[in-house]
Amino acid sequence: MPASPAHARFLDLAQHVDRCLQPGEDHTLWLQGEESDFVRFNRGRVRQPGTVRQDELTVRLIQGQRHASVDLTLSGEPVEDRDRVEAAVLRLRARLGELPEDPHLLWATEGASFTRIADGAPPDGREIADLVLQEAARDGGVDLVGILVSGGMHTGFASSRGQRCWDQRHSWLLDWSLVHQGDKAVKSTVGGTDWQPELLRARMDQARATLPVLARPARRLQPGAYRAWLSPAALAEVMDLLSWGAFSHRSQEARNTPLLRLLTGEASLDPRLTLVEDVGQGLAPPFTADGFTRPAQVPLIDAGLLVGSLVSPRSSKEYGRPQNGAAADESPTSLSMAPGSLPDADVLRALGTGLYISNLWYLNYSDRAAGRMTGMTRFATTWVEDGEVVAPTEVMRFDETIFHLLGEGLVAIGAEATLLPGTSTYERRATTSARLPGVLVEGMRFTL
Amino acid sequence: MNLRARFAQAAPAVDSCTLRLVDERSELLAVRNDVVEPTQERIDLGAMITVLHQGGMGYAATSDLSVSGLRAAADRAADWARRTAASGVFDHRLAPRATGRGEHRAPVQRPWEGVSLADKLDLLRAEVADMAGPDRADDRVVERTASLLRVRHHSELYSTDGGELVQELDLLAPDAQVIVHAGGVTQRRGTGSRGLSRQGGLEVLDQVGFRGLGTRLHDEAIQLLSAPDCPSGPMDLLLAPDQMMLQIHESIGHPLELDRILGDERNYAGTSFVTLDMFGRYQYGSELLDVTFDPGVPGELAAYAFDDEGAPARREWLIKGGLLLRPLGGGTSQARAGLPGVSNARACSWNRPPIDRMANLNVEPGPHSLEQLVAMVERGVFMETNASWSIDDSRNKFQFGCEWARLIVDGQLGPVVRNPNYRGISATFWRSLAGVGDRSTMQVMGTPYCGKGEPNQVIRVGHASPACLFRGVDVFGGHS
Repeated sequence: MPASPAHARFLDLAQHVDRCLQPGEDHTLWLQGEESDFVRFNRGRVRQPGTVRQDELTVRLIQGQRHASVDLTLSGEPVEDRDRVEAAVLRLRARLGELPEDPHLLWATEGASFTRIADGAPPDGREIADLVLQEAARDGGVDLVGILVSGGMHTGFASSRGQRCWDQRHSWLLDWSLVHQGDKAVKSTVGGTDWQPELLRARMDQARATLPVLARPARRLQPGAYRAWLSPAALAEVMDLLSWGAFSHRSQEARNTPLLRLLTGEASLDPRLTLVEDVGQGLAPPFTADGFTRPAQVPLIDAGLLVGSLVSPRSSKEYGRPQNGAAADESPTSLSMAPGSLPDADVLRALGTGLYISNLWYLNYSDRAAGRMTGMTRFATTWVEDGEVVAPTEVMRFDETIFHLLGEGLVAIGAEATLLPGTSTYERRATTSARLPGVLVEGMRFTL
Repeated sequence: MNLRARFAQAAPAVDSCTLRLVDERSELLAVRNDVVEPTQERIDLGAMITVLHQGGMGYAATSDLSVSGLRAAADRAADWARRTAASGVFDHRLAPRATGRGEHRAPVQRPWEGVSLADKLDLLRAEVADMAGPDRADDRVVERTASLLRVRHHSELYSTDGGELVQELDLLAPDAQVIVHAGGVTQRRGTGSRGLSRQGGLEVLDQVGFRGLGTRLHDEAIQLLSAPDCPSGPMDLLLAPDQMMLQIHESIGHPLELDRILGDERNYAGTSFVTLDMFGRYQYGSELLDVTFDPGVPGELAAYAFDDEGAPARREWLIKGGLLLRPLGGGTSQARAGLPGVSNARACSWNRPPIDRMANLNVEPGPHSLEQLVAMVERGVFMETNASWSIDDSRNKFQFGCEWARLIVDGQLGPVVRNPNYRGISATFWRSLAGVGDRSTMQVMGTPYCGKGEPNQVIRVGHASPACLFRGVDVFGGHS
C-alpha cells in the first residue's frame, strides 16, 4: 500500500522494471529524491532563494555475476519515467554482453522490506526564511550569512526478488554565522523535523550573546603547543577527515588508512575512546543501495583499540569478511563517540589557560600514514586564561597526529555528546550525522 | 513541442525569466587490482528557471520538462522573487540580462563512442597490470587503480530578454594511482585529483601521456618507499605544473572570487584577504607573476563560450607584472561591486544557481627552461603532484603536500625524498616568485573537483601553468 505519491510512483516503476526482465536477469533500483527550499543569506538579507525538486534513480541490471547500472533523473511523470527506465534496461542488457563477470558482486537476494514515513508535513522554507530575516533585523540588525534548507526527502530500494524499502522524512536546518567583522564570527546550526520557531529564536539569542567577545582585540598566538578544548563541532571536522579512509576495510587492507600505526600496534589511542557507526541513532536510511539492512551499531574503536571496520559488499567478497551495511566508499554516515566525564559547565575551568576551539576548518593530512593532520581554527575560537574567555584569536594552523589528539594528549572527554546533522548539500541534501562530545587536549601543536 | 516553445508557454508575466537546461551524460570506467569495477553511467537532465521581478530574484529547478512542469517551477521562482524583492542583498533590476544568441561546440578528434567498451577496459587493464612491476608480481604493491571519466555536457539557455544559447562540451578525466607498502611505510603515486582532465575525446589520452603511465607510477612509488623524508627548513621551492595547479587554485583563484569578497561565502567556503579597494593597486606577487582568466584555451577543462548567466566569455588579465587588476566575478557580482570582472557565473548543474567560479585560471609562461630554473637553486626541492591541501578561510595561511620530490643542490637535481610539504601565506608567497618556466615547462591541467557554494556545488576548473621557482619557503617532511 503506497504511503505517499512519491512512494506510489516508485512502486509503479519497480513493478514496471520487473516486467521488463528476461529469464536469468535481476534488477535493483535505488532512488534518492528531495523537494527542497534553499534560501541563502548575506548581511542579514536574502542572496539567492530557490526550490529544487529532483529524483535520481539508479537502475542496475544483473545477469549472474555480470552487472551494470545507470543513474537516471526522473521527470515525475509516470509514463515518461516508465519509458526512461525501459530504455535503460535495454541499454544495460546490451552492455552486459561486453562486460566480464565481477568476482566482487554481492547484493541482497533475500533482503527484508521496510517502510518508514515521517509524520506531518514538510516545513515551509518561506515561513522559516521570514523569521530568519526578522531575527537578523532585530535590535538594529546583525550581519547574518548562511543557508536555510528545508523540505522533504525520500530514499527507496527495490529488487526483482520482491524487496521494497522506503524511507521518507522531512526536516529544516539553518546553518549560519553571525559576523562581527572580517573572519570573526559565531557559527551555529539549528534544525529539526518539525518547524519550531522558538528553537530558532533561542539559538539566535545564544549566538548574539557571543558576539561581544569577538569585538575584543584579537590575540595573535605564536606557533607552539597549547592546551585546547575542541568543541563537538571542531571534533567533527577531525572525524570528517578520519572518515576519509580510516574506518574503511579496503583502506585498512591496502595499508592506506591514517590509522595504520594503530593497526600495526606502533601507536595507541586513549582507552576512554569509543567510536561506533551508530545507524540506530543517526538520520540515514537503515538500508543500503545493495538492499542490505544496516545494523544498528558497528563498533569501530573500543577502549582505544581498533575493533572493527566498515565493510562494503565488494570488500566482503574481496577480503572474505561479512558486509556490515557500509556503502561503496566505506565512510561512516552516523559516527558516534561515547561521552566522557567533563560536564559542559566545567569546560572553561578544566581548560584553565589555552584555546577554546569552536570550529576547525579545511583539514587534510600532513603525513597520512603517520595519522598526522593539519587544519585551521575558524570562527569564534578564543583565548582563555584561568578559566575566563579573554579574547578572540587570529586563525592558527595546527599540525598534529590523531594519536596525540585522541591518545597521549587527551586530558578529558566532554560529558555531553551533541547530535550534529550533516550540512552537506553536494548533489543533494545529506542524511549523515555525527554524535560527538568535545575533547580537552594538552600540547596541541600549532605551526603558523 | 521543443523546449524553447514550452518555455515560452510557461514563462510568467515578470520582468525577466530565464530557463537553463542541462543534459549531461557521463560514464566512469575503472579497473582496480585487475578487476573491472562496476561501470557507472549517468544521465542527468533538468532545468532551472530563474525569475527577476521588481528587484527580487528567485529560482526553481525541476526535472519535469513538460509545459506544466516548467510552469510550476516558473511560478515558484516568481513567488520567491516577489517575496524577497524587499529583502534582497541586491536590487536585481541592476543585474545583467541574457540577451545573446549563439552556439558553441567544443572540438572532439576521437569520439568516446568510436572505441569499444572492451578496448577501453583493456587500456585500463594494461596500465593497472604495469603498476604491479616489471614481472607483475611485486608484493610491495597493495593497490592499483586506473579509470576514465567521460562527460558530454549539453546546455541550453533561453530568456524572455531574447537570449538563446546552446553549448556542447566533451571532456575526459583519466586517473591512475598505485599504493605501495613495505617496512611499515606506505606511499602512493598517481595523477592527483584527476589532474589530467581536459576537454576533448580519447585524443586526451595521448596529450597527457596516459599510456605507459602505469610503469612510471610503479617505479616512482617504489623509489619513495626507500627515500629519506624531505628535509625541513627555509629553502627554495620549484613547483611542477601538477602542483602549481593547486597553488594557483587555492591562493589566487579562491581569494579573487568576487562573491567571496562580497561576503556570500563567509559561512561556508570562507572570505578573502583581498578587498575591493585592492584592485588596480595591490602588488599580489613579484613582477614575474602574470595570471589570466582564459576560457578560450583549446582543450583546457573549463573552456566555454558563454557563462551560465549568458555572458560571452573572453580572456582577461587578472594579475600583470604582479599587480592585481581584476576579480573573478560574473555579471551579477560586477553589478553588486561596481567593478569589472570576467564571465564566470557558473553552476555545476541544472539544480544549482550560478555563482562566481574560477573556470580556466592560468599562469602565463616566462623565459626559463626547467634546467635553467634548477640551475638557479643552490639548495632547494622540486615537488610534483599534489597530495594534500589546506588553507584558511581567508585563503591566506596554507599548507600543501606533494607525492614526489627531488632535492636540488648546487643547481643540480639530486635524490628523491618522500612526504614533501610546504607552508606559507598567500599574501607574501607570490612575492617570492623568482623564476617562471617557459612554454616547454607548461602543462594544461584541470580537475572536476572544486567545491563551493550554499547549496554546495562541485565544478570543473582548468589551470595551465609553467614550472615556477619560489625563494625561501618553509619546507618540511613527514614524521609523527
